Amino acid sequence: MTDISANHTGLQGTSSDVVAAGLPRRNRKQSLVKTFGILAIGFAFLMLFILVGSLVLTGYKAFTQTHVTLDVFIDPEAVPADKLPRGGFNDVLASALISHFSDVDMTSRTEVRAATKILSNGAQFALRDQVVANPGLIGQTVTLTVPVSDTYDQLNKDLIDRDTPEQNRLLSNAEIARFDILKDAGMITKPLNTGLITNADSRFPELAGLRGALVGSFWALLVCFVISFPLGIGSAIYLEEFAPKNKISDFIEVNINNLAAVPSVVFGLLALAVFIGWFGMPRSAPIVGGMTLALMTMPTIIIATRAALKAVPPSIREAAMGVGASQQQVVFHHVLPLAMPGILTGTIIGLAQALGETAPLLLIGMNAFITSAPDSPFQAATALPTQIFIWADSPERGFVSRTSAAILVLLAFLITMNAIAIFLRNKFERKW
Amino acid sequence: MNDMRPLERMVNTDNIKISARNCHVFYGDTQAIKDVNVDIEDHTVTAFIGPSGCGKSTFLRCLNRMNDTIDICRVKGTFLIDGADIYDKSVDPVQLRAKVGMVFQKPNPFPKSIYDNVAYGPKIHGMARTKAELDEIVERSLRRGAIWNEVKDRLHAPGTGLSGGQQQRLCIARAVATNPEVLLMDEPCSALDPIATAQVEELIDELRAQFTVVIVTHSMQQAARVSQKTAFFHLGNLVEFGETGQIFTSPQDPRTESYITGRIG
Repeated sequence: MTDISANHTGLQGTSSDVVAAGLPRRNRKQSLVKTFGILAIGFAFLMLFILVGSLVLTGYKAFTQTHVTLDVFIDPEAVPADKLPRGGFNDVLASALISHFSDVDMTSRTEVRAATKILSNGAQFALRDQVVANPGLIGQTVTLTVPVSDTYDQLNKDLIDRDTPEQNRLLSNAEIARFDILKDAGMITKPLNTGLITNADSRFPELAGLRGALVGSFWALLVCFVISFPLGIGSAIYLEEFAPKNKISDFIEVNINNLAAVPSVVFGLLALAVFIGWFGMPRSAPIVGGMTLALMTMPTIIIATRAALKAVPPSIREAAMGVGASQQQVVFHHVLPLAMPGILTGTIIGLAQALGETAPLLLIGMNAFITSAPDSPFQAATALPTQIFIWADSPERGFVSRTSAAILVLLAFLITMNAIAIFLRNKFERKW
Repeated sequence: MNDMRPLERMVNTDNIKISARNCHVFYGDTQAIKDVNVDIEDHTVTAFIGPSGCGKSTFLRCLNRMNDTIDICRVKGTFLIDGADIYDKSVDPVQLRAKVGMVFQKPNPFPKSIYDNVAYGPKIHGMARTKAELDEIVERSLRRGAIWNEVKDRLHAPGTGLSGGQQQRLCIARAVATNPEVLLMDEPCSALDPIATAQVEELIDELRAQFTVVIVTHSMQQAARVSQKTAFFHLGNLVEFGETGQIFTSPQDPRTESYITGRIG
């Protein structure tokens, strides 16, 4: 007995010495790994901060739009009631504007045209729509608030430096002086730019908005969901619950996983060749965009659904089978409802991915210049990411901030969708 | 119930409910059950005992064809319930499982209400035509599961909110709700504390009046307490089968004796 216990303590002594000798090295390694992790996360956060920060800095100016408020006398001579909707709305606006300026000769067309550049090209249409809707306005004075053109909007947002020599500036001293007259008269306002959401695309930055892109993205995502959700869940259920486990199902599984990793531009080429080339579907239409995105989203949904089905404990299947439920009843009464939160989360993440996808939409022509929102998925439209692409490509200065603003809108939608996914997961997640 | 007097506990109804002949079960290349022959009597509690991996659960799961769901599992031999081959092509496993209920090792109520847990089986088999009939089945099953008094005021509370022992009795109520003739129990008390175990054991003894009960257990005391017949499995073989009292007091086979005295297992 004594021998054994002595031996035992002896052994313990040596082994604990060995352990103690190795401890500093182990601790050093652990703190190294921890430091590296913290650095990596810090770097990622810094990059995210720079990205969002630069977007907000350039983009926030597009969330307001400079407007000018004019008292317009609608001259019955320029706008005869019997010729509506045609009429000299531009002339009416010009005289209302130029009445404020002493240096412009009303008889010189060139001078008048130069001075009215302050107003956006859309101003006359806004006035026209108002008069057509209510012809009784002819012969009266209406107060009209219209956007100013992009260059003056830039000036008002201090994006044009007044100290630059005149020949290097977009606006001459006289033009700036005229704008300042309006500003001093309190006619210039800078309200929230609702046009950014309610207008469709336009050549003029001050009129360009995301409505067409938002509606186009909505149709495309709806089509994508309607196709990929039932097909994805159906294939996942079959593969996971019913298919025999053999070489063929293994082969299919590997291929689905590969499909999820195929570059999206390849799906665009496929859609161009098959949907538009063979089936003769309309170009630039959200229905084709949605079908293309569905091809991309389906593998994601299949993988997420299979993972969710696998996560349902076998005891629930056994319990259902034990009372005599058929395989189909086991799946649809018990497994599927329990897997639903996971499936929905995966689907929303897949759709969020589809919402941000640009390349395949470019290939099927969803980057066309379209100035109205589509009424159906069969009409030509753009989508949010392709709209960003178009604006980023446009030379007008006003589109710089609008591009950033559009990216912020897209990010807001993505974050909302991911938040919904997280909410659903937390709300319906079950503890076993 | 806690005594070990064999003579008083002897039952011989001479009415064979389940009969298995020359049964072999393979998982891939491994043979889990080797040539087992056994006759299980009606209205009797039959216990399967044996060390882990001896094939007792596998054999139990052959009796309601739960092994069908395992791809690599092959079953050979004849299994007769009331003289009819349950592996015959004309038998639908769904129909069989309504006749042969099962209670599992871990309580596994559906994450639904207590009422829905019990009502599910009768509902899918179309056993109740009206809500009132279903209510009656649920109440009768919960009473048979000896849990009615504890849950009658909260039938619509989730079944997963009950204690472990209550959950297991709920599972028993769920299994008897389809009015089976045979009740298979795969270590029904292994996840329960001693008090809950005692309640379930008492219930098993009551269930014998209406059902043929086959129970797999790791606890020899439990086998001795609840069963009338005991089968000892070892390495896939049925070593010995007989009256529980006889198995525990005078085993015929040296391996049985080693196991019940704690030398192997």
